[in-house]
Amino acid sequence: MLAYTLRRVLWSVPTVLAVITACFLLLHLTPGGPFDTDKHLSADVMANLNARYHLDEPLWQQYFRYLGGLLHGDLGSSFRYADWSVNELVRKAAPVSLGIGGISIPLAVLLGVGLGALAAVRRNSVIDHAVMMLGNLGNVVPPFVLGPVLVLCFAILIKSADGNGLLPAGGWGDGDWRHRVLPVALLVIINMAAIARVMRGSLIEVLSGNFIRTALAKGLPGHVIVLRHALRPALMPVVSLLGPVCISSITAAVVTESVFALPGLGQLVLNGAVNRDYTLVLGLVVLTTVCAVLFNLLVDLAYAWLDPRIRY
Amino acid sequence: MNVPTFIAAAARKRRTAPALARFVSHRAALASVVLLGLIALACFAGPLFLRNSPIDNDWSAIALAPTLAGGHWFGTDELGRDLLARTLVGGRVSLEVGLLGTFVSALFGVIYGATAGFLGGRMDAAMMRIVDMMYAIPYLLIAILMVTLFGRAFSLVVLTISAFSWLDMARVVRGQTLSLRSREFVDAARAIGVHPAAIIARHIVPNLAGIVAIYATVTVPSIILTESVLSFLGLGVQEPMTSWGVLIQDGAQKLDAMPWLLLCPAVLLCATLYCVNFIGDGLRDALDPRER
Repeated sequence: MLAYTLRRVLWSVPTVLAVITACFLLLHLTPGGPFDTDKHLSADVMANLNARYHLDEPLWQQYFRYLGGLLHGDLGSSFRYADWSVNELVRKAAPVSLGIGGISIPLAVLLGVGLGALAAVRRNSVIDHAVMMLGNLGNVVPPFVLGPVLVLCFAILIKSADGNGLLPAGGWGDGDWRHRVLPVALLVIINMAAIARVMRGSLIEVLSGNFIRTALAKGLPGHVIVLRHALRPALMPVVSLLGPVCISSITAAVVTESVFALPGLGQLVLNGAVNRDYTLVLGLVVLTTVCAVLFNLLVDLAYAWLDPRIRY
Repeated sequence: MNVPTFIAAAARKRRTAPALARFVSHRAALASVVLLGLIALACFAGPLFLRNSPIDNDWSAIALAPTLAGGHWFGTDELGRDLLARTLVGGRVSLEVGLLGTFVSALFGVIYGATAGFLGGRMDAAMMRIVDMMYAIPYLLIAILMVTLFGRAFSLVVLTISAFSWLDMARVVRGQTLSLRSREFVDAARAIGVHPAAIIARHIVPNLAGIVAIYATVTVPSIILTESVLSFLGLGVQEPMTSWGVLIQDGAQKLDAMPWLLLCPAVLLCATLYCVNFIGDGLRDALDPRER
C-alpha cells in the first residue's frame, strides 16, 4: 500500500509538469502579446511593459522564473488587472466556487446513492422508472439549458409575495443563501443523475451475487441485507465515479457561473481567456490540474483501501 | 469468386444479420434513428423551402411569439429574424461539428490505440501513460484557451474539440488490439513478412469496426455538447454563422421577455442528444451482446 501510494504520488509530478509546460509554450509561442490592443502604444511604453513582466527575457528564462514562483506558491501577477496578483484574484473568487461546489457535491452523492439504491431494490417499480428518467434527463439536458430553465421557472414565472421572482436570477449577493439555491440545485441535479444511474446498476449486480443468496437463505430481513452486505461493495463504482464528478464540477463551474453571473473561478478563467491574460489563465489551469490530479489520487487510494482484493 | 472469400462472405453475413435484427428489435433505437434523420433532413434541406431567411430582418414582426399564423412558427428575435430558420441553420453547424469532430477523434483514437496495442511493451506503456495524463487535464479550460489563442473558425473549433475526445477511443481500441495481436491470423501475417504498419491497417483495424462504431456513436453527443458549451460561453462560431449553443445563450439572456428564444433551440438540441444516446445504446446491444 505504501509503495503504491508513493508510486502514484511520484507519477503525478510529471503529469502536472507536462501540463504546465504545454500550456506555457502554447501561450508564449502563439503570435500576439497580451498588450496588443487596438490602442497603439509607443515603443518605449511597450518596452517598459515587457520589462516589467519579464517578457523581454528569453523563453527558457521566463519558464524557469515561472516554475520557481510556482514552487513558492506564487502564480505571478495578472497582465490585465493591474496591481492584482493571480493569487489575490484566486483568493477573491475561490470562496464563491467552493461555496457552490462544496455544498452541491456531497448533496449530489447522498441523493444519488439513495435514489439509485432505492431504484435497484424496487426494480421495475414507479420509483425505478422515475429515477431512470431522471438519469436520462441529466444525460440529455445539458447544464446550460437546465440552468436558464430553472431561472425561467423559479425567478421569473413563480413570483413571491412582493411581486419579484421567488429566487434571485443570478449574482452572488455576498453569499446570501437565496442566491445559492439555483446554482446548487443545478449542479446537484446534473451530478445526482449520473451517480444514481451507476449506483442502481452496481447494486443490481451485487444483489445477484451468491453471498446475498446465502444471507437470504439464513433468513436475514431485506433491509439488513442491503445495508449491511450489499451497500459497501455496490459503492465501489460510485467511488471511482467521484474523481470524474469532481473534475467535471470544475468544468461545470464555468457554465454555472456564466449562467448565474457568479464571480467565481469559472468567470475568472473566461475573462482571462477573452482578455488574453496569460498568467491568470495559466495559473488557473495549473491550479485545476493540480486539484484534478489530487482528486484522482485520493479516489484511487480510497479504492485500494475500500476493496481489499485490489493490491498493486 | 473463389471458395475462401465465398466462405468468408457467408460467415460475415451470418454475423451481421442477427446484429441488424437485434438493432431493429430495439424499438427506442429505431425510433431514434428515424427522429434523428428527420431532424437532420430538416436542418439541411428545410431552410431551402422556408419563406423566411435566417439573417434577413422582418421589421413588421419583431420579438414575435411563436404562432402558426404569419409564417413565423417559432417566433422571431428582437431583430425580427425568423427563429425557425435560425434554429435549423444553427443545427447544421452543431450536427456538422458532431460528425466531423467524431470522425477526426475516431481516426486519431484508432491509429493511436491500435499502434500502442500492437507494439506492446514499453512503447505501449509510455503511450498509455500520455493518455492517462490527458485524462487528468480539465479539458474545457484548455479548449477555452485554444479557441481564444487560435481563433474561432469552424475548422479550428472542430480540431480543438477533437483534440481531447479521442482518449476513450484510444483506450478501447488498444485493449481490443492487445487481444487481437496474439491471434493466429496476425502470427500468420507476421510469418510471411508483412510490414507491421500493413498488419495494423489490413488485419487489426478491420476487426475493430464494431467496437469503433459503438464508441464513435457515444462520442457524437459529447462533441455536440462541447461545441454548444463553447458557443454558449461566447467562444464558438461567430455571427452571422450560428449554432444551437449560440442561440441558447442568446435566449438565456432574454429569458424574461422572450422565453421561446431559449426553448425552441433547446428542445431540438435535447432531442438530438436523446436520439444519439439511444442509437448508441442500441448499437452496443446489437454488436456487443456481452456488454448488456
